[in-house]
Amino acid sequence: MTTLPATTEKKLGLAIDLDTCVGCHACVISCKEWNTSNYGAPLSDTDAYGADPVGSFLNRVHTFEVTPDLGEAEKQVIGETPIAQVVHFPKSCLHCEDAPCVTVCPTGASYKRTEDGIVLVNEDDCIGCGLCAWACPYGAREMDPVEQVMKKCTLCVDRIYNENLPEEDREPACVRTCPAGARHFGDFADPDSNVSQLVAERGGISLMEEQGTRPVNQYLPPRQKTLADLAAKNSGFQGGCGTALAAEAKDAPGFFGWLDRALDKMG
Amino acid sequence: MHPAPSIIMFTALSGVGFGLLIWLGLGVPVLSSWTAFWAFGLAYGLSVVGLISSTLHLGHPERALKAFSQWRSSWLSREGVVSVAALLVMAPFAFWRVFLVPGGVGGLVGLDGLAGLEWLRWLGVLGAALSLLTVICTSMIYAQLKTVPRWNMGLVPVLFVLFSISGGALVTAPVAQTVMGTVVMLLVLTVLQWGYWRQGDRRFAAAGHSMETATGLGGIGSVRLLESPHSGTNYLLREMAFQIGRKHQRRLRLIAAVMVGLVPALLLVTVPLWWAGLVALGVHLVGLFASRWLFFAEAEHVVGLYYGKR
Ligand code: SF4
Ligand code: SF4
Ligand code: SF4
Repeated sequence: MTTLPATTEKKLGLAIDLDTCVGCHACVISCKEWNTSNYGAPLSDTDAYGADPVGSFLNRVHTFEVTPDLGEAEKQVIGETPIAQVVHFPKSCLHCEDAPCVTVCPTGASYKRTEDGIVLVNEDDCIGCGLCAWACPYGAREMDPVEQVMKKCTLCVDRIYNENLPEEDREPACVRTCPAGARHFGDFADPDSNVSQLVAERGGISLMEEQGTRPVNQYLPPRQKTLADLAAKNSGFQGGCGTALAAEAKDAPGFFGWLDRALDKMG
Repeated sequence: MHPAPSIIMFTALSGVGFGLLIWLGLGVPVLSSWTAFWAFGLAYGLSVVGLISSTLHLGHPERALKAFSQWRSSWLSREGVVSVAALLVMAPFAFWRVFLVPGGVGGLVGLDGLAGLEWLRWLGVLGAALSLLTVICTSMIYAQLKTVPRWNMGLVPVLFVLFSISGGALVTAPVAQTVMGTVVMLLVLTVLQWGYWRQGDRRFAAAGHSMETATGLGGIGSVRLLESPHSGTNYLLREMAFQIGRKHQRRLRLIAAVMVGLVPALLLVTVPLWWAGLVALGVHLVGLFASRWLFFAEAEHVVGLYYGKR
Protein backbone atom coordinates (compact mmCIF):
# COMPACT_ATOMS: atom_id res chain seq x y z
CA MET A 1 0.00 0.00 0.00
CA THR A 2 1.42 3.33 -0.99
CA THR A 3 -0.78 5.38 1.29
CA LEU A 4 1.23 6.45 4.31
CA PRO A 5 0.50 5.32 7.87
CA ALA A 6 -0.93 8.23 9.93
CA THR A 7 1.66 7.52 12.56
CA THR A 8 4.22 4.81 13.27
CA GLU A 9 4.95 3.12 16.61
CA LYS A 10 8.68 3.76 16.39
CA LYS A 11 10.55 6.25 14.27
CA LEU A 12 13.83 4.53 13.64
CA GLY A 13 16.51 6.60 11.98
CA LEU A 14 19.96 8.12 12.15
CA ALA A 15 21.42 11.18 13.80
CA ILE A 16 24.51 12.15 11.83
CA ASP A 17 27.10 14.33 13.52
CA LEU A 18 28.57 16.76 11.00
CA ASP A 19 31.02 17.98 13.61
CA THR A 20 32.60 14.55 13.90
CA CYS A 21 32.39 13.09 10.41
CA VAL A 22 35.82 13.05 8.75
CA GLY A 23 34.57 12.12 5.29
CA CYS A 24 36.35 8.78 5.14
CA HIS A 25 33.56 7.07 3.13
CA ALA A 26 33.89 3.91 5.24
CA CYS A 27 30.12 4.00 5.81
CA VAL A 28 29.57 4.12 2.04
CA ILE A 29 31.63 1.01 1.49
CA SER A 30 30.30 -1.04 4.39
CA CYS A 31 26.77 -0.14 3.29
CA LYS A 32 27.55 -1.30 -0.23
CA GLU A 33 29.06 -4.52 1.06
CA TRP A 34 26.21 -5.43 3.39
CA ASN A 35 23.48 -4.57 0.93
CA THR A 36 25.19 -6.35 -1.93
CA SER A 37 25.30 -9.59 0.01
CA ASN A 38 21.91 -9.40 1.70
CA TYR A 39 18.41 -7.86 1.25
CA GLY A 40 17.24 -7.72 -2.37
CA ALA A 41 19.21 -7.49 -5.59
CA PRO A 42 22.96 -6.83 -5.25
CA LEU A 43 24.12 -3.24 -5.66
CA SER A 44 25.77 -3.51 -9.03
CA ASP A 45 28.55 -1.59 -10.75
CA THR A 46 29.01 -1.26 -14.47
CA ASP A 47 32.46 -0.71 -15.99
CA ALA A 48 33.81 -0.84 -12.44
CA TYR A 49 37.47 -0.79 -13.48
CA GLY A 50 37.04 1.12 -16.74
CA ALA A 51 36.92 4.77 -17.70
CA ASP A 52 33.25 5.34 -16.96
CA PRO A 53 32.27 3.46 -13.83
CA VAL A 54 28.66 3.79 -12.64
CA GLY A 55 27.14 1.95 -9.72
CA SER A 56 24.28 2.09 -7.28
CA PHE A 57 24.97 3.19 -3.72
CA LEU A 58 22.55 3.78 -0.85
CA ASN A 59 24.79 6.19 1.01
CA ARG A 60 26.98 8.92 -0.43
CA VAL A 61 29.28 11.42 1.29
CA HIS A 62 29.33 14.95 -0.15
CA THR A 63 31.88 17.53 0.95
CA PHE A 64 30.90 21.16 1.30
CA GLU A 65 32.66 24.34 2.23
CA VAL A 66 30.72 26.75 4.43
CA THR A 67 31.80 30.39 4.53
CA PRO A 68 30.36 32.54 7.33
CA ASP A 69 28.66 35.74 6.15
CA LEU A 70 30.55 38.23 8.32
CA GLY A 71 29.47 41.69 9.42
CA GLU A 72 32.20 44.37 9.75
CA ALA A 73 32.17 44.14 13.55
CA GLU A 74 32.91 40.43 13.57
CA LYS A 75 35.93 40.92 11.33
CA GLN A 76 37.52 43.22 13.97
CA VAL A 77 37.85 40.67 16.76
CA ILE A 78 40.87 38.74 15.59
CA GLY A 79 40.87 35.26 17.03
CA GLU A 80 37.15 35.05 17.49
CA THR A 81 36.38 35.56 13.82
CA PRO A 82 34.42 32.58 12.51
CA ILE A 83 36.24 30.90 9.64
CA ALA A 84 35.20 28.95 6.58
CA GLN A 85 35.09 25.24 7.22
CA VAL A 86 34.89 21.98 5.37
CA VAL A 87 31.83 19.88 6.20
CA HIS A 88 31.64 16.23 5.19
CA PHE A 89 28.06 15.35 4.61
CA PRO A 90 26.87 11.72 4.47
CA LYS A 91 23.47 11.38 2.83
CA SER A 92 21.13 8.40 2.65
CA CYS A 93 17.36 7.89 2.94
CA LEU A 94 15.93 10.01 5.76
CA HIS A 95 12.89 7.71 6.22
CA CYS A 96 10.59 10.74 6.00
CA GLU A 97 7.28 10.79 7.87
CA ASP A 98 5.55 12.34 4.85
CA ALA A 99 7.49 10.35 2.30
CA PRO A 100 6.55 11.57 -1.20
CA CYS A 101 8.46 8.65 -2.73
CA VAL A 102 5.90 6.25 -1.26
CA THR A 103 2.66 7.93 -2.34
CA VAL A 104 3.74 8.33 -5.98
CA CYS A 105 4.57 4.65 -6.45
CA PRO A 106 1.98 3.08 -8.78
CA THR A 107 2.60 -0.54 -7.85
CA GLY A 108 2.73 -0.59 -4.06
CA ALA A 109 6.39 -1.62 -4.22
CA SER A 110 7.33 1.35 -2.04
CA TYR A 111 5.91 1.41 1.46
CA LYS A 112 6.47 2.79 4.93
CA ARG A 113 6.28 0.31 7.80
CA THR A 114 3.75 1.04 10.54
CA GLU A 115 5.82 -0.61 13.27
CA ASP A 116 9.08 1.29 12.89
CA GLY A 117 8.65 3.83 10.09
CA ILE A 118 11.29 2.31 7.83
CA VAL A 119 10.68 3.06 4.13
CA LEU A 120 11.30 0.01 1.95
CA VAL A 121 10.96 -1.21 -1.64
CA ASN A 122 9.55 -4.63 -2.40
CA GLU A 123 11.70 -5.30 -5.43
CA ASP A 124 9.44 -8.05 -6.80
CA ASP A 125 6.68 -5.47 -7.32
CA CYS A 126 8.88 -2.67 -8.67
CA ILE A 127 8.41 -1.91 -12.38
CA GLY A 128 11.43 0.39 -12.44
CA CYS A 129 9.50 3.51 -13.47
CA GLY A 130 11.79 5.78 -11.46
CA LEU A 131 9.02 8.10 -10.30
CA CYS A 132 9.87 7.59 -6.62
CA ALA A 133 13.43 8.77 -7.25
CA TRP A 134 12.04 11.88 -8.93
CA ALA A 135 9.79 12.49 -5.92
CA CYS A 136 12.63 12.29 -3.37
CA PRO A 137 14.23 15.70 -2.77
CA TYR A 138 17.38 14.16 -1.30
CA GLY A 139 18.61 11.85 -4.04
CA ALA A 140 18.22 8.90 -1.71
CA ARG A 141 16.98 6.45 -4.34
CA GLU A 142 18.97 5.07 -7.22
CA MET A 143 17.89 2.68 -9.95
CA ASP A 144 20.16 -0.32 -10.05
CA PRO A 145 21.93 -0.25 -13.44
CA VAL A 146 21.79 -4.03 -13.84
CA GLU A 147 18.65 -5.22 -12.04
CA GLN A 148 16.59 -2.16 -13.07
CA VAL A 149 14.78 -2.01 -9.75
CA MET A 150 14.79 0.85 -7.27
CA LYS A 151 17.39 0.63 -4.51
CA LYS A 152 17.38 2.60 -1.28
CA CYS A 153 18.61 2.49 2.31
CA THR A 154 16.73 -0.16 4.31
CA LEU A 155 18.17 1.05 7.61
CA CYS A 156 19.70 -2.44 7.52
CA VAL A 157 16.35 -3.96 8.42
CA ASP A 158 18.05 -7.33 8.04
CA ARG A 159 20.62 -6.50 10.74
CA ILE A 160 18.78 -4.53 13.38
CA TYR A 161 16.32 -7.35 14.22
CA ASN A 162 18.65 -10.20 13.28
CA GLU A 163 19.06 -12.57 16.20
CA ASN A 164 21.72 -14.53 14.36
CA LEU A 165 24.07 -11.59 14.77
CA PRO A 166 25.87 -10.75 18.00
CA GLU A 167 24.03 -8.02 19.94
CA GLU A 168 26.57 -5.30 19.09
CA ASP A 169 26.12 -5.89 15.36
CA ARG A 170 22.37 -5.27 15.45
CA GLU A 171 22.63 -1.76 14.09
CA PRO A 172 22.97 -0.42 10.55
CA ALA A 173 26.25 -1.33 8.84
CA CYS A 174 27.22 2.34 8.41
CA VAL A 175 26.78 3.03 12.13
CA ARG A 176 28.66 -0.09 13.13
CA THR A 177 31.55 0.79 10.86
CA CYS A 178 32.02 4.54 11.39
CA PRO A 179 35.49 4.99 12.90
CA ALA A 180 34.67 8.50 14.14
CA GLY A 181 31.45 7.62 15.93
CA ALA A 182 29.63 10.19 13.80
CA ARG A 183 26.56 8.06 13.16
CA HIS A 184 23.94 7.27 15.77
CA PHE A 185 21.01 4.90 15.33
CA GLY A 186 17.86 4.96 17.44
CA ASP A 187 14.16 5.66 17.91
CA PHE A 188 13.17 9.29 17.42
CA ALA A 189 9.67 8.59 18.76
CA ASP A 190 11.16 7.96 22.20
CA PRO A 191 12.21 11.28 23.78
CA ASP A 192 14.71 9.47 26.03
CA SER A 193 16.52 7.60 23.26
CA ASN A 194 20.17 8.31 22.47
CA VAL A 195 19.27 10.04 19.22
CA SER A 196 16.46 12.17 20.67
CA GLN A 197 18.81 13.33 23.45
CA LEU A 198 21.55 14.21 20.96
CA VAL A 199 19.14 16.15 18.78
CA ALA A 200 17.78 18.07 21.77
CA GLU A 201 21.28 18.86 23.04
CA ARG A 202 22.87 19.86 19.75
CA GLY A 203 19.91 21.33 17.88
CA GLY A 204 19.29 18.78 15.12
CA ILE A 205 18.64 19.97 11.56
CA SER A 206 16.09 18.63 9.09
CA LEU A 207 17.16 18.83 5.47
CA MET A 208 15.17 20.98 3.02
CA GLU A 209 12.30 21.48 5.43
CA GLU A 210 10.40 23.58 2.87
CA GLN A 211 9.67 20.36 0.96
CA GLY A 212 7.38 19.27 3.78
CA THR A 213 8.69 15.71 3.94
CA ARG A 214 9.34 15.72 7.72
CA PRO A 215 12.57 13.67 7.65
CA VAL A 216 13.19 11.32 10.58
CA ASN A 217 16.99 11.39 10.17
CA GLN A 218 18.54 14.45 11.76
CA TYR A 219 21.88 16.19 11.28
CA LEU A 220 23.87 17.61 14.20
CA PRO A 221 25.42 20.89 13.01
CA PRO A 222 29.19 21.41 13.02
CA ARG A 223 30.44 23.69 15.78
CA GLN A 224 31.57 27.07 14.50
CA LYS A 225 35.35 27.23 14.31
CA THR A 226 37.26 30.48 14.78
CA LEU A 227 40.60 31.92 13.69
CA ALA A 228 42.04 30.79 16.99
CA ASP A 229 41.09 27.20 16.15
CA LEU A 230 42.78 27.65 12.81
CA ALA A 231 46.11 28.04 14.51
CA ALA A 232 45.73 24.37 15.30
CA LYS A 233 46.81 23.68 11.71
CA ASN A 234 44.86 23.31 8.53
CA SER A 235 46.47 21.49 5.66
CA GLY A 236 45.75 22.68 2.11
CA PHE A 237 42.79 20.90 0.61
CA GLN A 238 42.30 20.98 -3.10
CA GLY A 239 38.79 20.25 -4.27
CA GLY A 240 38.31 19.02 -7.78
CA CYS A 241 34.62 18.46 -8.05
CA GLY A 242 32.38 18.62 -11.00
CA THR A 243 34.70 17.70 -13.86
CA ALA A 244 32.74 14.56 -14.65
CA LEU A 245 29.54 16.58 -14.42
CA ALA A 246 30.81 19.12 -16.93
CA ALA A 247 31.84 16.35 -19.30
CA GLU A 248 28.28 15.02 -19.08
CA ALA A 249 26.92 18.13 -20.78
CA LYS A 250 29.16 18.16 -23.82
CA ASP A 251 30.04 15.60 -26.48
CA ALA A 252 26.97 13.47 -25.82
CA PRO A 253 26.81 10.43 -28.10
CA GLY A 254 23.84 9.14 -30.10
CA PHE A 255 20.55 10.93 -30.72
CA PHE A 256 21.06 13.71 -28.16
CA GLY A 257 24.50 14.45 -29.53
CA TRP A 258 23.14 14.66 -33.07
CA LEU A 259 20.31 16.96 -32.00
CA ASP A 260 22.81 19.07 -30.06
CA ARG A 261 24.96 19.57 -33.14
CA ALA A 262 22.01 20.08 -35.49
CA LEU A 263 20.62 22.83 -33.30
CA ASP A 264 24.08 24.40 -33.01
CA LYS A 265 24.24 24.69 -36.79
CA MET A 266 20.96 26.58 -36.91
CA GLY A 267 23.00 29.60 -35.89
CA MET B 1 15.45 16.21 -16.06
CA HIS B 2 16.47 13.75 -18.71
CA PRO B 3 14.11 14.12 -21.70
CA ALA B 4 13.61 10.42 -22.47
CA PRO B 5 12.14 10.10 -26.00
CA SER B 6 9.70 7.44 -24.81
CA ILE B 7 8.25 9.79 -22.21
CA ILE B 8 8.01 12.68 -24.67
CA MET B 9 6.20 10.42 -27.14
CA PHE B 10 3.91 9.17 -24.38
CA THR B 11 2.77 12.54 -23.09
CA ALA B 12 2.54 14.13 -26.56
CA LEU B 13 0.85 11.39 -28.61
CA SER B 14 -1.52 10.12 -25.96
CA GLY B 15 -2.46 13.73 -25.20
CA VAL B 16 -3.50 14.41 -28.80
CA GLY B 17 -5.15 10.99 -29.13
CA PHE B 18 -7.31 11.46 -26.04
CA GLY B 19 -8.02 15.03 -27.14
CA LEU B 20 -9.44 13.72 -30.41
CA LEU B 21 -11.44 11.12 -28.48
CA ILE B 22 -12.91 13.89 -26.32
CA TRP B 23 -14.33 15.66 -29.38
CA LEU B 24 -15.46 12.49 -31.15
CA GLY B 25 -17.14 11.27 -27.97
CA LEU B 26 -18.99 14.55 -27.59
CA GLY B 27 -20.16 14.32 -31.21
CA VAL B 28 -18.16 17.31 -32.46
CA PRO B 29 -18.41 16.38 -35.29
CA VAL B 30 -20.86 13.49 -35.55
CA LEU B 31 -19.09 11.07 -37.89
CA SER B 32 -20.30 7.82 -39.42
CA SER B 33 -19.01 4.91 -41.40
CA TRP B 34 -15.60 5.23 -43.06
CA THR B 35 -15.00 8.81 -41.91
CA ALA B 36 -15.65 7.64 -38.35
CA PHE B 37 -13.41 4.65 -38.99
CA TRP B 38 -10.41 6.79 -39.89
CA ALA B 39 -11.04 9.36 -37.17
CA PHE B 40 -11.44 6.80 -34.38
CA GLY B 41 -8.57 4.81 -35.87
CA LEU B 42 -6.30 7.85 -35.60
CA ALA B 43 -7.48 8.68 -32.07
CA TYR B 44 -7.04 5.13 -30.79
CA GLY B 45 -3.77 4.76 -32.67
CA LEU B 46 -2.23 7.87 -31.11
CA SER B 47 -3.47 7.06 -27.59
CA VAL B 48 -2.38 3.44 -27.68
CA VAL B 49 1.03 4.14 -29.24
CA GLY B 50 1.51 6.82 -26.59
CA LEU B 51 0.56 4.50 -23.75
CA ILE B 52 2.74 1.69 -25.07
CA SER B 53 5.74 3.96 -25.44
CA SER B 54 5.31 4.94 -21.79
CA THR B 55 6.10 1.34 -20.85
CA LEU B 56 9.32 1.42 -22.90
CA HIS B 57 11.32 3.24 -20.25
CA LEU B 58 10.27 0.83 -17.51
CA GLY B 59 12.94 -1.42 -16.02
CA HIS B 60 10.39 -4.22 -15.74
CA PRO B 61 7.57 -3.74 -18.26
CA GLU B 62 6.46 -7.34 -17.69
CA ARG B 63 5.15 -6.25 -14.29
CA ALA B 64 3.20 -3.29 -15.70
CA LEU B 65 -0.18 -4.70 -14.61
CA LYS B 66 0.81 -4.09 -10.99
CA ALA B 67 0.68 -0.37 -11.75
CA PHE B 68 -3.12 -0.44 -11.77
CA SER B 69 -3.27 -1.18 -8.05
CA GLN B 70 -2.37 2.03 -6.18
CA TRP B 71 -4.95 4.49 -7.56
CA ARG B 72 -5.73 5.68 -4.03
CA SER B 73 -2.46 7.54 -3.70
CA SER B 74 -0.60 7.50 -7.01
CA TRP B 75 -1.33 9.72 -10.02
CA LEU B 76 0.66 7.35 -12.22
CA SER B 77 -1.56 4.47 -11.18
CA ARG B 78 -4.71 6.58 -11.67
CA GLU B 79 -3.50 7.51 -15.13
CA GLY B 80 -3.20 3.83 -16.03
CA VAL B 81 -6.65 2.94 -14.69
CA VAL B 82 -8.49 5.90 -16.19
CA SER B 83 -6.82 5.64 -19.60
CA VAL B 84 -7.79 2.00 -20.01
CA ALA B 85 -11.32 2.77 -18.78
CA ALA B 86 -11.61 5.59 -21.32
CA LEU B 87 -10.50 3.37 -24.20
CA LEU B 88 -12.90 0.57 -23.17
CA VAL B 89 -15.94 2.79 -22.54
CA MET B 90 -15.45 4.59 -25.84
CA ALA B 91 -15.15 1.34 -27.82
CA PRO B 92 -18.88 0.41 -28.12
CA PHE B 93 -19.67 4.01 -29.10
CA ALA B 94 -16.97 3.96 -31.77
CA PHE B 95 -18.13 0.54 -32.98
CA TRP B 96 -21.66 1.90 -33.35
CA ARG B 97 -20.57 5.01 -35.26
CA VAL B 98 -18.31 3.04 -37.57
CA PHE B 99 -20.25 -0.16 -38.23
CA LEU B 100 -23.86 -0.06 -37.09
CA VAL B 101 -25.26 3.34 -38.08
CA PRO B 102 -27.30 3.50 -41.29
CA GLY B 103 -24.82 3.29 -44.18
CA GLY B 104 -22.13 2.07 -41.77
CA VAL B 105 -19.21 -0.18 -42.62
CA GLY B 106 -21.24 -3.08 -41.14
CA GLY B 107 -23.38 -2.83 -44.26
CA LEU B 108 -20.83 -5.08 -45.93
CA VAL B 109 -22.33 -7.95 -43.91
CA GLY B 110 -25.82 -6.46 -43.57
CA LEU B 111 -25.29 -5.19 -40.02
CA ASP B 112 -25.84 -1.46 -40.56
CA GLY B 113 -28.83 0.59 -39.52
CA LEU B 114 -29.60 -1.38 -36.36
CA ALA B 115 -32.33 0.48 -34.47
CA GLY B 116 -32.47 1.35 -30.77
CA LEU B 117 -28.77 2.10 -30.28
CA GLU B 118 -29.07 5.87 -29.83
CA TRP B 119 -28.32 5.52 -26.12
CA LEU B 120 -24.74 4.59 -27.01
CA ARG B 121 -24.00 8.26 -27.49
CA TRP B 122 -24.03 8.61 -23.69
CA LEU B 123 -21.14 6.15 -23.61
CA GLY B 124 -19.42 8.57 -25.97
CA VAL B 125 -19.96 11.40 -23.50
CA LEU B 126 -18.71 9.25 -20.60
CA GLY B 127 -15.71 8.20 -22.69
CA ALA B 128 -14.98 11.86 -23.41
CA ALA B 129 -15.07 12.65 -19.68
CA LEU B 130 -12.72 9.76 -18.90
CA SER B 131 -10.38 10.88 -21.71
CA LEU B 132 -10.24 14.35 -20.19
CA LEU B 133 -9.53 12.80 -16.80
CA THR B 134 -6.71 10.76 -18.34
CA VAL B 135 -4.99 13.90 -19.58
CA ILE B 136 -5.40 15.53 -16.16
CA CYS B 137 -3.87 12.46 -14.49
CA THR B 138 -0.93 12.51 -16.92
CA SER B 139 -0.27 16.15 -16.10
CA MET B 140 -0.54 15.51 -12.35
CA ILE B 141 2.23 12.89 -12.49
CA TYR B 142 4.52 15.88 -13.09
CA ALA B 143 2.61 18.72 -11.42
CA GLN B 144 2.53 16.84 -8.08
CA LEU B 145 6.35 16.80 -7.79
CA LYS B 146 7.49 19.48 -5.36
CA THR B 147 11.03 18.41 -6.16
CA VAL B 148 10.75 20.00 -9.62
CA PRO B 149 9.50 23.54 -8.98
CA ARG B 150 9.00 24.25 -12.68
CA TRP B 151 6.43 21.46 -12.86
CA ASN B 152 4.82 22.08 -9.50
CA MET B 153 2.37 24.72 -10.76
CA GLY B 154 -1.37 24.89 -11.43
CA LEU B 155 -0.58 25.97 -14.97
CA VAL B 156 0.76 22.52 -15.84
CA PRO B 157 -2.60 20.63 -15.87
CA VAL B 158 -4.21 23.59 -17.66
CA LEU B 159 -1.52 23.52 -20.33
CA PHE B 160 -1.68 19.74 -20.79
CA VAL B 161 -5.47 19.84 -21.17
CA LEU B 162 -5.32 22.73 -23.61
CA PHE B 163 -2.64 20.95 -25.66
CA SER B 164 -4.82 17.87 -25.73
CA ILE B 165 -8.14 19.45 -26.72
CA SER B 166 -6.68 21.87 -29.25
CA GLY B 167 -4.53 19.13 -30.81
CA GLY B 168 -7.63 16.95 -31.07
CA ALA B 169 -9.81 19.75 -32.41
CA LEU B 170 -7.27 20.51 -35.17
CA VAL B 171 -7.85 17.24 -36.93
CA THR B 172 -11.58 17.57 -37.47
CA ALA B 173 -11.90 21.36 -37.50
CA PRO B 174 -12.49 21.67 -41.30
CA VAL B 175 -15.06 18.83 -41.24
CA ALA B 176 -16.80 19.93 -38.07
CA GLN B 177 -16.87 23.58 -39.20
CA THR B 178 -15.17 24.54 -35.95
CA VAL B 179 -12.25 26.38 -37.49
CA MET B 180 -12.81 29.66 -35.64
CA GLY B 181 -13.19 27.96 -32.25
CA THR B 182 -10.07 25.90 -32.88
CA VAL B 183 -8.08 28.94 -33.92
CA VAL B 184 -9.05 30.70 -30.70
CA MET B 185 -7.97 27.64 -28.67
CA LEU B 186 -4.63 27.54 -30.51
CA LEU B 187 -3.97 31.20 -29.80
CA VAL B 188 -4.84 30.81 -26.12
CA LEU B 189 -2.55 27.78 -26.03
CA THR B 190 0.33 29.79 -27.51
CA VAL B 191 -0.13 32.55 -24.95
CA LEU B 192 -0.34 30.08 -22.04
CA GLN B 193 2.71 28.21 -23.30
CA TRP B 194 4.66 31.45 -23.21
CA GLY B 195 3.24 32.23 -19.79
CA TYR B 196 4.33 28.80 -18.53
CA TRP B 197 7.90 29.46 -19.60
CA ARG B 198 7.90 32.92 -18.01
CA GLN B 199 6.45 31.70 -14.74
CA GLY B 200 8.59 28.56 -14.77
CA ASP B 201 11.82 30.55 -15.10
CA ARG B 202 11.14 32.17 -11.73
CA ARG B 203 9.79 29.11 -9.92
CA PHE B 204 12.96 27.57 -8.52
CA ALA B 205 14.09 30.73 -6.78
CA ALA B 206 10.53 31.50 -5.63
CA ALA B 207 10.23 28.07 -3.98
CA GLY B 208 13.13 29.11 -1.74
CA HIS B 209 15.40 26.10 -2.32
CA SER B 210 19.13 26.65 -2.07
CA MET B 211 22.27 24.76 -1.13
CA GLU B 212 21.85 26.31 2.31
CA THR B 213 18.39 24.79 2.89
CA ALA B 214 19.41 21.53 1.21
CA THR B 215 22.29 21.03 3.63
CA GLY B 216 20.70 22.80 6.59
CA LEU B 217 23.99 24.66 6.97
CA GLY B 218 22.61 28.08 6.02
CA GLY B 219 22.70 29.12 9.68
CA ILE B 220 26.49 28.99 9.58
CA GLY B 221 27.16 30.62 6.26
CA SER B 222 26.99 30.20 2.51
CA VAL B 223 27.60 26.76 1.14
CA ARG B 224 29.47 25.51 -1.92
CA LEU B 225 30.39 22.03 -3.06
CA LEU B 226 34.02 21.21 -2.38
CA GLU B 227 34.03 17.59 -3.50
CA SER B 228 31.41 15.52 -5.26
CA PRO B 229 30.66 12.22 -3.51
CA HIS B 230 31.72 10.31 -6.61
CA SER B 231 34.17 11.10 -9.39
CA GLY B 232 32.06 9.48 -12.12
CA THR B 233 28.42 9.98 -12.91
CA ASN B 234 25.44 8.18 -11.40
CA TYR B 235 21.70 7.58 -11.85
CA LEU B 236 20.79 10.87 -10.17
CA LEU B 237 23.03 13.01 -12.34
CA ARG B 238 22.02 11.28 -15.56
CA GLU B 239 18.34 11.40 -14.80
CA MET B 240 17.97 14.70 -12.98
CA ALA B 241 20.83 17.03 -13.87
CA PHE B 242 20.50 16.79 -17.65
CA GLN B 243 21.74 19.97 -19.31
CA ILE B 244 22.01 19.62 -23.09
CA GLY B 245 18.49 20.74 -23.90
CA ARG B 246 18.78 23.90 -21.84
CA LYS B 247 21.56 25.17 -24.07
CA HIS B 248 19.15 25.54 -27.00
CA GLN B 249 16.35 26.89 -24.87
CA ARG B 250 15.70 30.12 -26.77
CA ARG B 251 15.64 28.54 -30.23
CA LEU B 252 13.48 25.63 -29.18
CA ARG B 253 11.05 27.97 -27.45
CA LEU B 254 10.66 29.94 -30.66
CA ILE B 255 10.16 26.80 -32.74
CA ALA B 256 7.58 25.50 -30.28
CA ALA B 257 5.72 28.79 -29.97
CA VAL B 258 5.33 29.17 -33.75
CA MET B 259 4.60 25.55 -34.67
CA VAL B 260 2.25 24.74 -31.82
CA GLY B 261 -0.45 27.25 -32.68
CA LEU B 262 0.36 30.02 -35.14
CA VAL B 263 1.21 27.98 -38.25
CA PRO B 264 -1.60 25.42 -37.73
CA ALA B 265 -4.10 28.27 -37.20
CA LEU B 266 -2.95 29.98 -40.39
CA LEU B 267 -3.30 26.69 -42.28
CA LEU B 268 -6.83 26.09 -41.04
CA VAL B 269 -7.95 29.58 -41.95
CA THR B 270 -6.41 29.66 -45.44
CA VAL B 271 -7.03 26.08 -46.62
CA PRO B 272 -10.72 25.16 -46.16
CA LEU B 273 -10.26 21.50 -47.18
CA TRP B 274 -10.63 18.40 -44.99
CA TRP B 275 -6.95 17.40 -45.19
CA ALA B 276 -5.83 20.79 -43.88
CA GLY B 277 -6.61 19.37 -40.43
CA LEU B 278 -4.13 16.53 -40.87
CA VAL B 279 -1.38 18.81 -42.19
CA ALA B 280 -2.03 21.21 -39.31
CA LEU B 281 -1.71 18.26 -36.92
CA GLY B 282 1.67 17.38 -38.42
CA VAL B 283 2.96 20.91 -37.85
CA HIS B 284 1.42 21.04 -34.39
CA LEU B 285 3.16 17.79 -33.43
CA VAL B 286 6.59 19.22 -34.28
CA GLY B 287 5.85 22.16 -31.99
CA LEU B 288 4.45 19.86 -29.34
CA PHE B 289 7.58 17.66 -29.38
CA ALA B 290 9.78 20.75 -29.03
CA SER B 291 7.62 21.99 -26.17
CA ARG B 292 7.73 18.62 -24.36
CA TRP B 293 11.46 18.32 -24.91
CA LEU B 294 11.84 21.65 -23.11
CA PHE B 295 9.32 20.62 -20.46
CA PHE B 296 11.71 17.87 -19.40
CA ALA B 297 15.11 19.29 -20.35
CA GLU B 298 14.53 22.63 -18.60
CA ALA B 299 13.10 21.09 -15.44
CA GLU B 300 15.57 21.42 -12.58
CA HIS B 301 15.36 18.91 -9.76
CA VAL B 302 16.25 20.09 -6.25
CA VAL B 303 18.66 17.16 -5.81
CA GLY B 304 21.05 19.10 -8.08
CA LEU B 305 21.69 21.39 -5.10
CA TYR B 306 23.64 18.62 -3.36
CA TYR B 307 25.93 18.61 -6.38
CA GLY B 308 26.26 22.37 -6.52
CA LYS B 309 24.21 22.58 -9.67
CA ARG B 310 20.67 22.98 -10.87
S1 SF4 C 1 14.65 10.49 1.95
FE1 SF4 C 1 13.74 10.28 -0.07
S2 SF4 C 1 13.55 8.07 -0.34
FE2 SF4 C 1 13.84 8.40 1.85
S3 SF4 C 1 11.76 8.54 2.68
FE3 SF4 C 1 12.43 10.65 2.28
S4 SF4 C 1 11.64 11.04 0.22
FE4 SF4 C 1 11.60 8.82 0.48
S1 SF4 D 1 10.57 2.61 -9.47
FE1 SF4 D 1 9.60 0.90 -8.38
S2 SF4 D 1 9.43 1.59 -6.26
FE2 SF4 D 1 9.81 3.42 -7.51
S3 SF4 D 1 7.78 4.26 -8.01
FE3 SF4 D 1 8.33 2.90 -9.71
S4 SF4 D 1 7.46 0.90 -9.12
FE4 SF4 D 1 7.48 2.15 -7.26
S1 SF4 E 1 32.18 6.38 8.24
FE1 SF4 E 1 31.67 8.00 9.71
S2 SF4 E 1 33.36 9.46 9.55
FE2 SF4 E 1 33.48 8.16 7.72
S3 SF4 E 1 32.27 9.27 6.17
FE3 SF4 E 1 30.85 7.85 7.16
S4 SF4 E 1 29.92 9.04 8.81
FE4 SF4 E 1 31.73 10.18 8.16
